Amino acid sequence: MTGQVTERDAAFFQDWLVTAADAIRANADRLTDLDSAIGDADHGNNMRRGFSAVAAALADERPDTPGAVLLLGGRTLVSTVGGASGPLFGTLLRRTGKALGEAERVTDEELRVALETGIGAVGQLGGAAAGDKTMLDALLPALDALPDYAAAALAAEEGSRATIPLRAHKGRASYLGERSVGHEDPGAASAALIFRALHEVADR
Amino acid sequence: MKMLINGADRVVADALRGMAAAHPGLRVEVEHRLVLRGDAPVDGKVGLISGGGSGHEPLHAGFVGPGMLDAACPGEVFTSPVPDQMTRAAGAVDSGQGVLLVVKNYTGDVLNFDMAAELIEDEGIAVDRVVVDDDVAVTDSTFTAGRRGVGGTLFVHKLAGAVAQEGAPLSRVAEVGRRVAEASRSFGVALHGPTTPAKGSPTFDLPPDELELGIGIHGEPGRERRAMLSAAEIADVTVEALLADLPLSASEPVLCLTNGMGGTPLLELYGFHAEVVRALGERGVTLARSLVGNYVTSLDMAGCSVSLCRLDEELLRLWDAPVSTPGLRWGR
Repeated sequence: MTGQVTERDAAFFQDWLVTAADAIRANADRLTDLDSAIGDADHGNNMRRGFSAVAAALADERPDTPGAVLLLGGRTLVSTVGGASGPLFGTLLRRTGKALGEAERVTDEELRVALETGIGAVGQLGGAAAGDKTMLDALLPALDALPDYAAAALAAEEGSRATIPLRAHKGRASYLGERSVGHEDPGAASAALIFRALHEVADR
Repeated sequence: MKMLINGADRVVADALRGMAAAHPGLRVEVEHRLVLRGDAPVDGKVGLISGGGSGHEPLHAGFVGPGMLDAACPGEVFTSPVPDQMTRAAGAVDSGQGVLLVVKNYTGDVLNFDMAAELIEDEGIAVDRVVVDDDVAVTDSTFTAGRRGVGGTLFVHKLAGAVAQEGAPLSRVAEVGRRVAEASRSFGVALHGPTTPAKGSPTFDLPPDELELGIGIHGEPGRERRAMLSAAEIADVTVEALLADLPLSASEPVLCLTNGMGGTPLLELYGFHAEVVRALGERGVTLARSLVGNYVTSLDMAGCSVSLCRLDEELLRLWDAPVSTPGLRWGR
Protein backbone atom coordinates (compact mmCIF):
# COMPACT_ATOMS: atom_id res chain seq x y z
CA MET A 1 0.00 0.00 0.00
CA THR A 2 1.73 3.12 -1.22
CA GLY A 3 2.05 6.01 1.13
CA GLN A 4 1.57 4.00 4.28
CA VAL A 5 4.39 4.45 6.76
CA THR A 6 4.88 1.89 9.50
CA GLU A 7 5.24 3.45 12.93
CA ARG A 8 6.85 1.68 15.85
CA ASP A 9 5.74 2.20 19.43
CA ALA A 10 7.35 1.52 22.81
CA ALA A 11 6.13 -2.10 22.77
CA PHE A 12 8.06 -2.73 19.54
CA PHE A 13 11.28 -1.42 21.08
CA GLN A 14 10.67 -3.39 24.24
CA ASP A 15 10.23 -6.54 22.11
CA TRP A 16 13.42 -5.72 20.24
CA LEU A 17 15.57 -5.54 23.37
CA VAL A 18 13.96 -8.59 24.98
CA THR A 19 14.49 -10.57 21.75
CA ALA A 20 18.09 -9.33 21.66
CA ALA A 21 18.52 -10.48 25.27
CA ASP A 22 17.26 -13.95 24.32
CA ALA A 23 19.67 -14.09 21.38
CA ILE A 24 22.61 -12.97 23.53
CA ARG A 25 21.70 -15.61 26.12
CA ALA A 26 21.45 -18.34 23.49
CA ASN A 27 24.79 -17.31 21.97
CA ALA A 28 26.69 -16.43 25.15
CA ASP A 29 28.99 -19.45 24.94
CA ARG A 30 29.81 -18.77 21.30
CA LEU A 31 30.60 -15.11 22.13
CA THR A 32 32.83 -16.20 24.99
CA ASP A 33 34.62 -18.67 22.72
CA LEU A 34 35.26 -15.91 20.19
CA ASP A 35 36.56 -13.72 23.01
CA SER A 36 38.82 -16.42 24.38
CA ALA A 37 40.63 -16.49 21.03
CA ILE A 38 41.54 -12.80 21.03
CA GLY A 39 40.40 -11.38 24.38
CA ASP A 40 39.92 -12.70 27.88
CA ALA A 41 36.99 -15.06 27.52
CA ASP A 42 34.26 -13.07 29.22
CA HIS A 43 32.34 -11.23 26.49
CA GLY A 44 29.43 -13.68 26.41
CA ASN A 45 29.07 -13.68 30.17
CA ASN A 46 29.25 -9.90 30.41
CA MET A 47 26.71 -9.32 27.63
CA ARG A 48 24.36 -11.95 29.05
CA ARG A 49 24.52 -10.29 32.47
CA GLY A 50 23.85 -6.87 30.94
CA PHE A 51 21.01 -7.83 28.61
CA SER A 52 19.32 -9.93 31.30
CA ALA A 53 19.38 -6.82 33.47
CA VAL A 54 17.94 -4.81 30.56
CA ALA A 55 15.04 -7.27 30.13
CA ALA A 56 14.37 -7.16 33.88
CA ALA A 57 14.50 -3.35 34.03
CA LEU A 58 12.11 -3.03 31.07
CA ALA A 59 9.63 -5.47 32.61
CA ASP A 60 9.84 -3.49 35.81
CA GLU A 61 9.54 0.06 34.50
CA ARG A 62 7.67 -0.35 31.18
CA PRO A 63 8.84 2.95 29.62
CA ASP A 64 6.13 4.41 27.38
CA THR A 65 8.11 5.85 24.47
CA PRO A 66 10.63 4.26 22.08
CA GLY A 67 13.29 6.73 23.20
CA ALA A 68 12.72 5.93 26.87
CA VAL A 69 13.01 2.17 26.20
CA LEU A 70 16.39 2.60 24.54
CA LEU A 71 17.61 5.09 27.17
CA LEU A 72 16.76 2.67 29.98
CA GLY A 73 18.37 -0.19 28.06
CA GLY A 74 21.54 1.82 27.48
CA ARG A 75 21.81 3.04 31.06
CA THR A 76 21.32 -0.52 32.32
CA LEU A 77 24.10 -1.84 30.07
CA VAL A 78 26.50 0.87 31.27
CA SER A 79 25.63 -0.02 34.88
CA THR A 80 25.97 -3.77 34.60
CA VAL A 81 28.35 -4.92 31.86
CA GLY A 82 31.72 -3.30 32.64
CA GLY A 83 34.72 -3.66 30.38
CA ALA A 84 34.69 -1.81 27.09
CA SER A 85 31.44 -3.46 26.00
CA GLY A 86 29.34 -1.79 28.72
CA PRO A 87 30.08 1.82 27.74
CA LEU A 88 30.08 1.04 24.01
CA PHE A 89 26.84 -0.97 23.71
CA GLY A 90 25.31 1.26 26.40
CA THR A 91 26.18 4.35 24.39
CA LEU A 92 24.74 2.80 21.23
CA LEU A 93 21.32 2.39 22.85
CA ARG A 94 21.43 5.52 24.99
CA ARG A 95 22.40 7.92 22.21
CA THR A 96 19.96 6.32 19.77
CA GLY A 97 17.22 6.66 22.38
CA LYS A 98 18.14 10.26 23.07
CA ALA A 99 18.00 11.02 19.35
CA LEU A 100 14.47 9.58 19.16
CA GLY A 101 13.35 12.12 21.72
CA GLU A 102 9.95 11.84 23.36
CA ALA A 103 7.88 10.75 20.36
CA GLU A 104 5.33 8.04 21.17
CA ARG A 105 5.70 6.46 17.73
CA VAL A 106 8.62 6.61 15.33
CA THR A 107 8.97 5.69 11.68
CA ASP A 108 11.62 3.32 10.39
CA GLU A 109 13.33 6.28 8.76
CA GLU A 110 13.39 8.13 12.09
CA LEU A 111 14.95 5.07 13.70
CA ARG A 112 17.58 4.92 10.94
CA VAL A 113 18.53 8.55 11.56
CA ALA A 114 18.68 7.96 15.33
CA LEU A 115 20.84 4.86 14.89
CA GLU A 116 23.18 6.91 12.74
CA THR A 117 23.66 9.20 15.77
CA GLY A 118 24.06 6.24 18.15
CA ILE A 119 26.58 4.44 15.94
CA GLY A 120 28.47 7.69 15.41
CA ALA A 121 28.72 8.10 19.20
CA VAL A 122 30.12 4.56 19.53
CA GLY A 123 32.85 5.38 16.99
CA GLN A 124 33.69 8.58 18.80
CA LEU A 125 33.80 7.00 22.27
CA GLY A 126 35.95 4.08 21.18
CA GLY A 127 38.06 6.15 18.79
CA ALA A 128 37.59 3.41 16.22
CA ALA A 129 36.85 3.39 12.51
CA ALA A 130 35.71 0.81 9.96
CA GLY A 131 38.26 -1.98 9.58
CA ASP A 132 39.64 -1.77 13.13
CA LYS A 133 38.06 -5.17 13.93
CA THR A 134 35.41 -3.86 16.32
CA MET A 135 31.61 -3.80 16.67
CA LEU A 136 31.60 -0.95 14.16
CA ASP A 137 32.44 -3.42 11.40
CA ALA A 138 28.97 -4.90 11.93
CA LEU A 139 27.16 -1.68 12.83
CA LEU A 140 28.25 0.45 9.88
CA PRO A 141 27.19 -1.97 7.09
CA ALA A 142 23.89 -2.52 8.91
CA LEU A 143 23.31 1.22 9.02
CA ASP A 144 23.93 1.47 5.28
CA ALA A 145 21.25 -1.17 4.62
CA LEU A 146 18.56 0.47 6.77
CA PRO A 147 15.64 0.97 6.81
CA ASP A 148 15.45 -2.53 5.28
CA TYR A 149 15.73 -4.65 8.47
CA ALA A 150 16.32 -7.97 6.68
CA ALA A 151 19.15 -6.46 4.67
CA ALA A 152 20.57 -4.77 7.77
CA ALA A 153 20.63 -8.03 9.72
CA LEU A 154 22.40 -9.75 6.85
CA ALA A 155 24.86 -6.88 6.42
CA ALA A 156 25.72 -6.96 10.14
CA GLU A 157 26.35 -10.70 10.03
CA GLU A 158 28.48 -10.40 6.91
CA GLY A 159 30.30 -7.45 8.47
CA SER A 160 31.00 -9.49 11.57
CA ARG A 161 32.35 -12.42 9.55
CA ALA A 162 34.45 -9.96 7.54
CA THR A 163 36.38 -9.11 10.71
CA ILE A 164 37.98 -12.58 10.61
CA PRO A 165 40.94 -11.66 8.35
CA LEU A 166 41.44 -8.24 9.97
CA ARG A 167 44.12 -7.25 12.45
CA ALA A 168 42.73 -5.67 15.62
CA HIS A 169 43.73 -2.05 16.24
CA LYS A 170 41.57 -1.33 19.28
CA GLY A 171 40.91 -2.85 22.68
CA ARG A 172 42.69 -5.76 24.25
CA ALA A 173 42.83 -7.77 21.03
CA SER A 174 45.15 -5.12 19.59
CA TYR A 175 48.00 -6.46 21.74
CA LEU A 176 47.90 -9.70 19.76
CA GLY A 177 48.98 -7.85 16.62
CA GLU A 178 49.14 -10.27 13.68
CA ARG A 179 47.90 -13.06 15.95
CA SER A 180 44.47 -11.43 16.07
CA VAL A 181 44.06 -12.31 12.38
CA GLY A 182 41.84 -15.32 11.70
CA HIS A 183 39.28 -14.74 14.47
CA GLU A 184 35.85 -13.09 14.37
CA ASP A 185 35.50 -10.05 16.61
CA PRO A 186 33.16 -10.85 19.53
CA GLY A 187 31.83 -7.28 19.72
CA ALA A 188 30.88 -7.38 16.05
CA ALA A 189 29.21 -10.76 16.61
CA SER A 190 27.12 -9.26 19.43
CA ALA A 191 26.17 -6.28 17.28
CA ALA A 192 25.01 -8.69 14.56
CA LEU A 193 22.77 -10.47 17.09
CA ILE A 194 21.16 -7.15 18.01
CA PHE A 195 20.35 -6.38 14.36
CA ARG A 196 19.10 -9.95 13.83
CA ALA A 197 16.71 -9.35 16.73
CA LEU A 198 15.51 -6.09 15.18
CA HIS A 199 14.72 -7.89 11.93
CA GLU A 200 12.91 -10.69 13.76
CA VAL A 201 10.70 -8.28 15.68
CA ALA A 202 9.92 -6.16 12.62
CA ASP A 203 8.99 -9.32 10.71
CA ARG A 204 6.40 -10.47 13.26
CA MET B 1 41.02 -27.14 36.42
CA LYS B 2 40.04 -27.41 40.06
CA MET B 3 39.29 -24.12 41.82
CA LEU B 4 38.38 -23.22 45.38
CA ILE B 5 35.10 -21.55 44.44
CA ASN B 6 31.34 -21.89 44.83
CA GLY B 7 30.68 -20.93 41.23
CA ALA B 8 32.01 -18.54 38.61
CA ASP B 9 29.24 -15.99 39.14
CA ARG B 10 29.92 -15.75 42.88
CA VAL B 11 33.70 -15.47 42.92
CA VAL B 12 33.94 -11.70 43.39
CA ALA B 13 31.14 -11.43 45.96
CA ASP B 14 32.52 -14.36 47.98
CA ALA B 15 36.01 -12.83 47.99
CA LEU B 16 34.60 -9.51 49.21
CA ARG B 17 32.76 -11.25 52.03
CA GLY B 18 36.04 -12.85 53.04
CA MET B 19 37.90 -9.55 52.92
CA ALA B 20 35.26 -8.01 55.15
CA ALA B 21 35.68 -10.80 57.68
CA ALA B 22 39.47 -10.69 57.59
CA HIS B 23 40.00 -6.92 57.73
CA PRO B 24 37.80 -5.10 60.23
CA GLY B 25 39.56 -1.82 59.34
CA LEU B 26 37.84 -1.91 55.94
CA ARG B 27 34.22 -1.18 55.12
CA VAL B 28 33.14 -3.63 52.45
CA GLU B 29 29.88 -3.14 50.56
CA VAL B 30 29.45 -6.50 48.87
CA GLU B 31 26.23 -5.53 47.10
CA HIS B 32 27.72 -2.37 45.61
CA ARG B 33 31.13 -3.90 44.97
CA LEU B 34 33.08 -1.40 47.03
CA VAL B 35 35.95 -1.65 49.47
CA LEU B 36 36.40 1.50 51.57
CA ARG B 37 38.62 2.72 54.36
CA GLY B 38 36.62 2.11 57.53
CA ASP B 39 37.16 5.72 58.61
CA ALA B 40 36.25 7.32 55.24
CA PRO B 41 35.72 10.15 54.55
CA VAL B 42 38.89 11.34 56.27
CA ASP B 43 38.68 15.04 57.19
CA GLY B 44 40.77 17.32 55.03
CA LYS B 45 42.06 14.48 52.87
CA VAL B 46 41.74 13.99 49.12
CA GLY B 47 40.01 10.67 48.36
CA LEU B 48 42.07 8.25 46.29
CA ILE B 49 39.93 5.85 44.26
CA SER B 50 41.11 3.06 41.99
CA GLY B 51 39.75 -0.13 40.64
CA GLY B 52 39.72 -2.51 37.75
CA GLY B 53 38.95 -6.09 36.99
CA SER B 54 39.13 -8.63 39.79
CA GLY B 55 41.78 -11.32 39.56
CA HIS B 56 44.75 -8.99 40.17
CA GLU B 57 44.74 -9.25 43.98
CA PRO B 58 46.01 -7.71 46.14
CA LEU B 59 45.56 -4.91 43.56
CA HIS B 60 43.22 -2.98 44.06
CA ALA B 61 41.12 -3.76 47.13
CA GLY B 62 44.16 -5.02 49.03
CA PHE B 63 45.68 -1.55 48.83
CA VAL B 64 42.86 0.24 50.64
CA GLY B 65 43.89 1.77 53.95
CA PRO B 66 45.84 4.60 55.58
CA GLY B 67 48.68 5.74 53.31
CA MET B 68 47.22 4.31 50.12
CA LEU B 69 43.69 4.10 48.62
CA ASP B 70 40.45 5.32 50.19
CA ALA B 71 38.31 3.12 47.97
CA ALA B 72 38.63 0.31 45.46
CA CYS B 73 36.02 -0.67 42.88
CA PRO B 74 36.43 -4.32 41.87
CA GLY B 75 34.88 -5.38 38.57
CA GLU B 76 34.08 -8.87 37.42
CA VAL B 77 37.12 -11.06 36.79
CA PHE B 78 39.37 -9.26 34.26
CA THR B 79 36.51 -6.84 33.49
CA SER B 80 36.58 -3.17 34.50
CA PRO B 81 34.09 -1.94 37.10
CA VAL B 82 31.02 0.08 36.07
CA PRO B 83 30.66 3.87 36.60
CA ASP B 84 28.06 3.41 39.38
CA GLN B 85 30.77 1.94 41.59
CA MET B 86 33.16 4.87 41.19
CA THR B 87 30.35 7.39 41.62
CA ARG B 88 29.24 5.75 44.85
CA ALA B 89 32.84 5.49 46.04
CA ALA B 90 33.35 9.21 45.42
CA GLY B 91 30.29 10.03 47.50
CA ALA B 92 31.60 7.83 50.31
CA VAL B 93 35.20 9.09 50.47
CA ASP B 94 34.96 12.77 49.49
CA SER B 95 35.62 14.98 52.52
CA GLY B 96 35.16 18.14 50.48
CA GLN B 97 38.71 18.00 49.10
CA GLY B 98 37.77 16.08 45.95
CA VAL B 99 38.80 12.70 44.61
CA LEU B 100 41.56 11.37 42.39
CA LEU B 101 40.84 8.40 40.13
CA VAL B 102 43.80 6.14 39.33
CA VAL B 103 43.09 4.31 36.08
CA LYS B 104 45.08 1.65 34.25
CA ASN B 105 45.29 2.23 30.52
CA TYR B 106 42.99 -0.52 29.32
CA THR B 107 40.13 0.44 27.00
CA GLY B 108 37.39 -0.74 29.36
CA ASP B 109 38.89 0.90 32.44
CA VAL B 110 39.41 4.22 30.68
CA LEU B 111 35.87 4.30 29.25
CA ASN B 112 34.17 3.43 32.53
CA PHE B 113 36.28 5.80 34.65
CA ASP B 114 35.74 8.61 32.12
CA MET B 115 31.99 8.13 32.36
CA ALA B 116 32.29 8.03 36.15
CA ALA B 117 34.34 11.25 36.23
CA GLU B 118 31.54 13.08 34.40
CA LEU B 119 28.92 11.78 36.83
CA ILE B 120 31.09 12.62 39.86
CA GLU B 121 31.57 16.16 38.56
CA ASP B 122 27.80 16.44 38.07
CA GLU B 123 27.44 15.73 41.77
CA GLY B 124 29.60 18.71 42.59
CA ILE B 125 32.67 16.74 43.71
CA ALA B 126 36.05 17.92 42.38
CA VAL B 127 37.66 15.10 40.41
CA ASP B 128 40.91 14.49 38.58
CA ARG B 129 42.41 11.34 37.13
CA VAL B 130 45.78 9.75 36.52
CA VAL B 131 46.12 7.17 33.77
CA VAL B 132 48.92 4.66 34.34
CA ASP B 133 50.58 3.37 31.16
CA ASP B 134 53.91 1.95 32.23
CA ASP B 135 54.21 -1.18 30.07
CA VAL B 136 57.21 -0.89 27.76
CA ALA B 137 56.24 -4.08 25.89
CA VAL B 138 53.62 -2.15 23.95
CA THR B 139 55.47 0.15 21.58
CA ASP B 140 53.27 0.26 18.53
CA SER B 141 50.57 2.49 19.96
CA THR B 142 49.33 3.55 16.51
CA PHE B 143 47.99 0.04 16.05
CA THR B 144 47.08 -0.81 19.64
CA ALA B 145 45.11 0.70 22.48
CA GLY B 146 48.43 2.11 23.74
CA ARG B 147 50.69 1.18 26.61
CA ARG B 148 48.96 -0.81 29.31
CA GLY B 149 48.88 0.09 32.96
CA VAL B 150 50.47 -2.76 34.92
CA GLY B 151 52.86 -3.03 37.91
CA GLY B 152 53.56 0.71 38.08
CA THR B 153 49.98 1.12 39.32
CA LEU B 154 51.19 0.04 42.77
CA PHE B 155 53.76 2.87 42.77
CA VAL B 156 51.08 5.43 41.90
CA HIS B 157 48.76 4.08 44.61
CA LYS B 158 51.51 4.17 47.24
CA LEU B 159 53.17 7.49 46.42
CA ALA B 160 50.03 9.49 45.60
CA GLY B 161 48.42 7.81 48.60
CA ALA B 162 51.24 8.98 50.87
CA VAL B 163 51.04 12.60 49.73
CA ALA B 164 47.24 12.53 50.07
CA GLN B 165 47.66 11.16 53.60
CA GLU B 166 49.83 14.19 54.39
CA GLY B 167 46.88 16.42 53.49
CA ALA B 168 48.05 17.72 50.10
CA PRO B 169 45.36 19.32 47.91
CA LEU B 170 43.89 17.52 44.88
CA SER B 171 46.06 19.34 42.34
CA ARG B 172 49.19 18.27 44.18
CA VAL B 173 48.10 14.65 44.71
CA ALA B 174 47.28 14.44 40.99
CA GLU B 175 50.65 15.99 40.10
CA VAL B 176 52.51 13.41 42.21
CA GLY B 177 50.42 10.62 40.65
CA ARG B 178 51.24 11.78 37.13
CA ARG B 179 54.92 12.27 38.00
CA VAL B 180 55.11 8.71 39.32
CA ALA B 181 53.28 7.30 36.31
CA GLU B 182 55.71 9.07 33.98
CA ALA B 183 58.73 7.79 35.94
CA SER B 184 57.53 4.16 36.01
CA ARG B 185 58.20 1.38 33.52
CA SER B 186 57.27 -2.30 33.59
CA PHE B 187 57.90 -5.46 31.59
CA GLY B 188 56.26 -8.84 32.15
CA VAL B 189 56.85 -12.46 31.22
CA ALA B 190 54.43 -15.40 31.25
CA LEU B 191 55.39 -19.04 31.75
CA HIS B 192 51.81 -20.32 31.84
CA GLY B 193 48.45 -18.65 31.07
CA PRO B 194 45.88 -17.65 33.70
CA THR B 195 42.68 -19.62 34.26
CA THR B 196 39.51 -17.55 34.66
CA PRO B 197 36.69 -19.07 36.74
CA ALA B 198 34.23 -18.50 33.86
CA LYS B 199 36.32 -20.43 31.34
CA GLY B 200 37.94 -22.98 33.63
CA SER B 201 40.97 -23.55 31.42
CA PRO B 202 43.96 -21.31 30.59
CA THR B 203 42.98 -18.30 28.49
CA PHE B 204 45.92 -19.02 26.19
CA ASP B 205 48.07 -22.05 25.51
CA LEU B 206 51.75 -21.80 26.19
CA PRO B 207 53.75 -24.96 25.47
CA PRO B 208 55.89 -26.21 28.39
CA ASP B 209 59.14 -25.25 26.66
CA GLU B 210 58.16 -21.71 25.68
CA LEU B 211 57.61 -18.37 27.37
CA GLU B 212 55.77 -15.23 26.30
CA LEU B 213 57.67 -11.97 26.58
CA GLY B 214 56.00 -8.62 27.17
CA ILE B 215 52.65 -9.74 28.55
CA GLY B 216 50.02 -7.58 30.23
CA ILE B 217 48.16 -8.46 33.41
CA HIS B 218 45.60 -10.64 31.64
CA GLY B 219 48.26 -12.56 29.80
CA GLU B 220 47.77 -10.55 26.62
CA PRO B 221 50.96 -10.56 24.60
CA GLY B 222 53.11 -7.61 23.65
CA ARG B 223 56.29 -8.82 22.04
CA GLU B 224 57.13 -12.40 21.22
CA ARG B 225 57.06 -16.04 22.13
CA ARG B 226 60.38 -17.77 22.63
CA ALA B 227 62.04 -20.96 23.83
CA MET B 228 62.22 -21.06 27.65
CA LEU B 229 65.10 -19.13 29.23
CA SER B 230 66.87 -19.27 32.60
CA ALA B 231 66.07 -16.72 35.33
CA ALA B 232 69.34 -14.91 34.55
CA GLU B 233 68.49 -14.69 30.85
CA ILE B 234 64.94 -13.50 31.56
CA ALA B 235 66.35 -10.84 33.90
CA ASP B 236 68.71 -9.64 31.17
CA VAL B 237 65.92 -9.41 28.57
CA THR B 238 63.67 -7.61 31.07
CA VAL B 239 66.27 -5.12 32.27
CA GLU B 240 67.34 -4.37 28.68
CA ALA B 241 63.72 -3.65 27.73
CA LEU B 242 63.21 -1.40 30.76
CA LEU B 243 66.42 0.59 30.47
CA ALA B 244 65.95 1.10 26.74
CA ASP B 245 62.88 3.11 27.70
CA LEU B 246 63.92 4.58 31.05
CA PRO B 247 67.46 5.91 31.02
CA LEU B 248 68.80 6.03 34.58
CA SER B 249 71.83 7.81 35.93
CA ALA B 250 73.89 6.29 38.75
CA SER B 251 72.97 9.04 41.21
CA GLU B 252 69.17 8.57 41.03
CA PRO B 253 67.41 6.53 43.67
CA VAL B 254 65.57 3.70 41.89
CA LEU B 255 62.65 1.67 43.17
CA CYS B 256 62.10 -1.88 41.89
CA LEU B 257 59.07 -4.14 42.15
CA THR B 258 59.81 -7.75 41.26
CA ASN B 259 56.28 -8.97 40.96
CA GLY B 260 54.81 -12.44 40.75
CA MET B 261 51.81 -12.93 38.46
CA GLY B 262 50.04 -15.20 40.93
CA GLY B 263 51.29 -18.67 40.01
CA THR B 264 54.98 -18.32 40.74
CA PRO B 265 56.28 -19.03 44.26
CA LEU B 266 58.44 -16.62 46.26
CA LEU B 267 61.37 -19.04 46.08
CA GLU B 268 61.52 -18.42 42.33
CA LEU B 269 60.72 -14.72 42.66
CA TYR B 270 63.56 -14.04 45.10
CA GLY B 271 65.96 -15.98 42.88
CA PHE B 272 64.76 -13.96 39.92
CA HIS B 273 65.08 -10.71 41.88
CA ALA B 274 68.75 -11.53 42.58
CA GLU B 275 69.26 -11.76 38.82
CA VAL B 276 67.41 -8.46 38.27
CA VAL B 277 69.70 -6.76 40.82
CA ARG B 278 72.73 -8.31 39.12
CA ALA B 279 71.54 -7.29 35.62
CA LEU B 280 70.83 -3.72 36.79
CA GLY B 281 74.19 -3.54 38.59
CA GLU B 282 76.05 -4.57 35.44
CA ARG B 283 74.42 -1.57 33.76
CA GLY B 284 75.34 0.84 36.51
CA VAL B 285 72.02 0.91 38.36
CA THR B 286 71.86 0.35 42.12
CA LEU B 287 68.47 0.00 43.71
CA ALA B 288 67.43 2.26 46.56
CA ARG B 289 64.36 0.17 47.45
CA SER B 290 63.00 -3.23 46.43
CA LEU B 291 59.68 -4.94 46.83
CA VAL B 292 59.35 -8.64 45.97
CA GLY B 293 56.13 -10.61 45.96
CA ASN B 294 52.75 -11.18 44.33
CA TYR B 295 51.22 -7.68 44.17
CA VAL B 296 49.77 -7.11 40.70
CA THR B 297 48.70 -10.57 39.69
CA SER B 298 46.84 -12.32 36.93
CA LEU B 299 44.94 -15.07 38.77
CA ASP B 300 47.15 -18.17 38.67
CA MET B 301 49.34 -17.10 35.77
CA ALA B 302 52.93 -18.24 36.21
CA GLY B 303 55.50 -15.59 35.44
CA CYS B 304 56.73 -12.27 36.68
CA SER B 305 57.06 -8.63 35.91
CA VAL B 306 59.62 -6.03 36.86
CA SER B 307 58.63 -2.41 37.46
CA LEU B 308 61.15 0.36 37.95
CA CYS B 309 60.44 3.89 39.15
CA ARG B 310 62.89 6.76 39.03
CA LEU B 311 62.60 8.46 42.40
CA ASP B 312 63.69 11.79 43.77
CA GLU B 313 64.13 12.72 47.42
CA GLU B 314 60.46 13.50 47.89
CA LEU B 315 59.24 10.31 46.24
CA LEU B 316 61.71 8.26 48.27
CA ARG B 317 60.32 9.83 51.45
CA LEU B 318 56.76 9.11 50.30
CA TRP B 319 57.67 5.48 49.55
CA ASP B 320 59.02 5.08 53.10
CA ALA B 321 55.97 6.76 54.66
CA PRO B 322 53.80 4.46 56.78
CA VAL B 323 51.19 2.38 55.03
CA SER B 324 48.60 0.07 56.51
CA THR B 325 46.61 -2.03 54.03
CA PRO B 326 45.91 -5.75 53.68
CA GLY B 327 48.45 -6.03 50.85
CA LEU B 328 51.15 -3.55 51.88
CA ARG B 329 52.04 -2.55 55.41
CA TRP B 330 55.06 -0.91 57.01
CA GLY B 331 56.33 1.87 59.23
CA ARG B 332 53.67 1.93 61.90
